[in-house]
Amino acid sequence: MESDLKLSAQGLVRDYAGRRAVNDIDIRLAGGEVLGLLGPNGAGKTTTLRMLAGTLAPSAGRILLAGHDMARAPRQAKRHLGYLPERPPVYDELTVDEYLAFCARLRGVERAKRGAAIERAKADCGLEDTGKRLIGNLSKGYQQRVGIAQAIVHRPDVLILDEPTAGLDPNQLRGIRELVGRLAESHSVIVSSHILSEIQAVAHRVMILHRGRVVLDEALADADAGNGVIDIGLRAGPDRATLAALAGVDAVEDLGDGRWRITATPGRDIRGSLAETAVHNGWHLVELTAHTPDLESRFADLTRSEHDTVAETS
Amino acid sequence: MSLTLSIARHELRRLFVSPLAWTLLAVSQLLTGILFAMSLTDLSLNPQRIGAYDGVSAIVGGGLFRFATVVLLLVVPLLTMRVFAEERKTGNIELLLSAPASLTAVVLGKFVGLMGYLTLLFALIAIMPLSLAFATPLDMGLLASGLIGLWLVMAAFCALGLFLSSLTREPTLAAVATLGALMLLWLFYAVSTMDWQPVVLGTALPLGEAARALSLIGHHDALLRGVFSSADLLYFLIFTLCFLALTVVRLDMDRH
Repeated sequence: MESDLKLSAQGLVRDYAGRRAVNDIDIRLAGGEVLGLLGPNGAGKTTTLRMLAGTLAPSAGRILLAGHDMARAPRQAKRHLGYLPERPPVYDELTVDEYLAFCARLRGVERAKRGAAIERAKADCGLEDTGKRLIGNLSKGYQQRVGIAQAIVHRPDVLILDEPTAGLDPNQLRGIRELVGRLAESHSVIVSSHILSEIQAVAHRVMILHRGRVVLDEALADADAGNGVIDIGLRAGPDRATLAALAGVDAVEDLGDGRWRITATPGRDIRGSLAETAVHNGWHLVELTAHTPDLESRFADLTRSEHDTVAETS
Repeated sequence: MSLTLSIARHELRRLFVSPLAWTLLAVSQLLTGILFAMSLTDLSLNPQRIGAYDGVSAIVGGGLFRFATVVLLLVVPLLTMRVFAEERKTGNIELLLSAPASLTAVVLGKFVGLMGYLTLLFALIAIMPLSLAFATPLDMGLLASGLIGLWLVMAAFCALGLFLSSLTREPTLAAVATLGALMLLWLFYAVSTMDWQPVVLGTALPLGEAARALSLIGHHDALLRGVFSSADLLYFLIFTLCFLALTVVRLDMDRH
């Protein structure tokens, strides 16, 4: 199992002048997985990613990248890494081709394969027509793409993207999302964002950071399936006890006017059976709404409650 | 090694696509050119200045190289400020730090790139006195020693500038600090020319001698006079390597 992991970090801690920015974070990333790192601004996302990328040394903890220790063998470890920092590290005065050629050399792509590698990175990022243009003249979205192209030009095992969608317009946003989705086919990816929907759109697994700690780490599929809440409207409905006795029903709440809020047993989808039962018993079903899985409110709860307590103590 | 060269090439390319590099070349060429023409004119009007020991090579060449050092004082800070301070400000340094390159390779690459540029500047300055070979016999040994000295001064200035650039994230601050430090080196030499021997506890301190031994310009002066000693050479080598090593240490501290 350990050998399948492209990246594993244990007990990462980072202190800045007495302030603990990142506190005991474990990250494990399997091949082909997309991990979304989510958290409000200042939660420690960038610090964590910089440590994983080797540009910041952790105060404590250990990072293994494709089996190489980042502290003991940084050069071998960094060979397997592509990194897009918060701000794309591009040189305005160079053309896209010149810049990518430098990055390919820097990342140790062999001379013979360099041309093909650059073409492939450009094709992946939709930069085919911009090779001869100066990076400084490109729009923010295209500069971001150049930044991503730089990170994938050497086909790394692990791709770290720090807020790849920050400051983009909706069209560019969709473009980058699709790009990350495509990249996930051949790379393990860590994406960070402070916007939940960005993570939901691309990630398989979500990790929520708050004040330097992991407050949630689970697969998005699980997060989606959990806590199914259904609003049902029955004009000739039964009483609470009848509903509560139905299979798969955890709790029933009366919303008045013949409407009920039913919480399903975690992991079960009871919408079908519920509708069938209602029709079968002639309860006169008029409404059946499943709430979208509420990662958003959980995100808000997880990151707000602690914030408030801190605000009170400080 | 190849990484160092890649970084050096990249640095050179960035320099030559920017107007700053060309402007600096043009301005320093204009200044040194005017001084060269002036000293030639002066010499042709007052030929009696050529004595038994000071020939054309010493008067024109030596004067030109001394003046070139002053020009370098202004040029080098503007070059080195771009390297680490500006890259830190734009965040581009992350690209280098996340690459599979050692910090030594990064610093050496930057240094070699800048020296490539300065060597071009050096060649343009060197051509001027050497062109006199068509008109008059030159003391090639003296000129060669002066040119080697000039190149070593470039390397030393450049290393010091790189180090100061690695200390900050404000390019202008790096430039001002480098200018100040280089000026201080200059002043240091002035101390050595003063006949000042303060007496402390009954012993005369050879301050002038000490300043001369430490001063970068003092060692350059010996080379300009045609005295090529390994001590001067070693001084420049150690000075340059020291500041390059300090730069590596400073960049490593960034990660911690």
